[in-house]
Amino acid sequence: MPDPKPMTPLALSAYTLVTANGRGVGPALQALQERRSGLKPCDFEDVTLKTSIGRVAGLEDFSLDDELRAFDCRNNRLAWLGLQQDGFMVAAAEAKQRYGAHRIAVVMGTSTSGILETEHAYRERDPSTDRLPDWYTPRYRYTHNMFSLGHFVRTCLGLQGPAMVISTACSSSAKVFATAARLMQAGLCDAAVVGGVDSLCLTTLYGFSALQLLSADPCRPCDEDRDGLSLGEAAGYALLEFGERVGGRGTVALLGYGESADGYHMSHPHPEGAGAVRAIRDSLARASLRAEDIEYINLHGTATRANDSVEDKAVYSIFGARPACSSTKGWTGHTLGAAGITEAVISALCLAQGLMPGTLNCRRVDPSLKSRILRENQTGSISFAVSNIFGFGGNNCSLVLGKLP
Amino acid sequence: MKVSIGGIGLLASGLVGWDAARDVLAGIRPYRPGAVPDPEAELLPPNERRRSSDCVRWAMQVAQEAIGRSGLDPREVPTVFASSGGEMGVFDKLCRALCLPDRMISPTLFHQSVHNTAAGYWGIATAGQQSSTALSCYDDSFAAGLLEAATVMCVEQQPVLLVAYDLVVPEPLSQARPITEGFAVALVLTPHSDGSSPVMRVHLEAAHTGETAGLEDPELEQVRQDNPAARSLLLLSAVAAGGGRTVGFRLSDSQQLIVNLEPCRI
Repeated sequence: MPDPKPMTPLALSAYTLVTANGRGVGPALQALQERRSGLKPCDFEDVTLKTSIGRVAGLEDFSLDDELRAFDCRNNRLAWLGLQQDGFMVAAAEAKQRYGAHRIAVVMGTSTSGILETEHAYRERDPSTDRLPDWYTPRYRYTHNMFSLGHFVRTCLGLQGPAMVISTACSSSAKVFATAARLMQAGLCDAAVVGGVDSLCLTTLYGFSALQLLSADPCRPCDEDRDGLSLGEAAGYALLEFGERVGGRGTVALLGYGESADGYHMSHPHPEGAGAVRAIRDSLARASLRAEDIEYINLHGTATRANDSVEDKAVYSIFGARPACSSTKGWTGHTLGAAGITEAVISALCLAQGLMPGTLNCRRVDPSLKSRILRENQTGSISFAVSNIFGFGGNNCSLVLGKLP
Repeated sequence: MKVSIGGIGLLASGLVGWDAARDVLAGIRPYRPGAVPDPEAELLPPNERRRSSDCVRWAMQVAQEAIGRSGLDPREVPTVFASSGGEMGVFDKLCRALCLPDRMISPTLFHQSVHNTAAGYWGIATAGQQSSTALSCYDDSFAAGLLEAATVMCVEQQPVLLVAYDLVVPEPLSQARPITEGFAVALVLTPHSDGSSPVMRVHLEAAHTGETAGLEDPELEQVRQDNPAARSLLLLSAVAAGGGRTVGFRLSDSQQLIVNLEPCRI
């Protein structure tokens, strides 16, 4: 197949993030600088698994009321909390003034949406009739259904452009950038709100436990003794606009995206990382950049034995040992469908601040890894960064972010 | 966006395969609902097929039919999979297991619970490494999928396989989302028409009413209304009738996806 054509840069004219590190980009940056993890021993509901989680504090302490009442569930509460940070609602309202509500798309990513509601409803089934509780049935559409998150966000922001939820497991909220970029390039909208929200639930905690992929301790990406991932939850958003309309010098922009499939296995990565290589190469081609232009790579770096090793092969085969590479999952945990936006926003912060975070919890880099894995934070100007996300179903996405000249 | 349809696959009650369904949708033969045979989906290896969900087998079957008709190599074709609820049958099994004291869930069932399960199995069965997306827009998932697939085709200038499916929702989940008949459809969208393939122009319009016109046949109209993937019947009927029509699909309350289908011989 021919290389993809270069894309028009899209400015991230606003962005925000809520993770276990706190609400908004301020606490996220502070945690990166102070090397403070958000992971703690699992205290989610009555779960007794021996593992650490990146739980967002306070989601149990409020509910969505009035016209948002039907949407009330952990996932949408987290989505709502995300919208309140860093002036994102104001930025979206200003964009609505500029372009009109119909000209702004909403493309969100999640892997499990509000499945926690269905888990709770099943526990309350009538033992003789199997009937689900009355509080649940009319709310399935607004909570557990995959589109609930997109419906919720466009309702909160009053947007009327094309809307959809992308759900490709862990790559969901990286791929939202690609879908939004195409909608804009095809002239179907002038701007897009992209993002991802995924929240803790029993399905993923017990599911990853069944796959024997959960570490008992806070995850240690790229460490020689890494033994699995830690789950987290997050909400993040970015407002995408054409760079020439809003982007001043130094504004962080999406420069390229690359998407691929492994075509290999549902839950094991391709042994040579063939799909990952393809995603990274396509992202560079769309950004009109060469491998040597990239200074920092935010790895998918889940801390499973297989992911970190295969990702290293893919990254090394393209970049060699030159760019600094790190995983930030030691701060947030693996936020699954929100990992794409979490790490895109972290990469944007790194570009804006000139920070390359060293891989938290990595005590000794696995000697079999050939890429240049950072263990300690470094500072210095960065112009171009790549963020990798790979997921179940062998679904890969790489993003190139950079500062506008 | 100018889009050509290079192949169609279809599986639903009384609409088993595009060839058999065409005359029914054109109004030449009457619609007769009937049990749908379990899809062969022979691309799946036997062991995967045995433990695969209905969603996976139905999606594979129509994808295979559409790709076969297009004559394209599936490894060269990016995919878009659209489903309102995804693996509802798997959610039912997982949520039941999570109610038991030990909360033991099957690792296979867990990795089959993702919204991109069918997309993933298609990639594995065809050894395809092209981009693959899975999405939802509740009742408007087919229209959202068509929008995404047409956009990928236009911007990347590549053929795209669109698969839309929603299967029967088991009890008790059906109390919250009653879908009583399965429906799966696949379209191969190509940038260039070979002269005989149907050509459509797709654009978005603001819409102030949520309703779009339905099908004339009351039974088929019921099928269309009862399953999100069956919203595609508007387009399929227009193709079967030889085109020269405009159809509109609701897209999240505020917009319509308008499809102008040129006259076509099929």
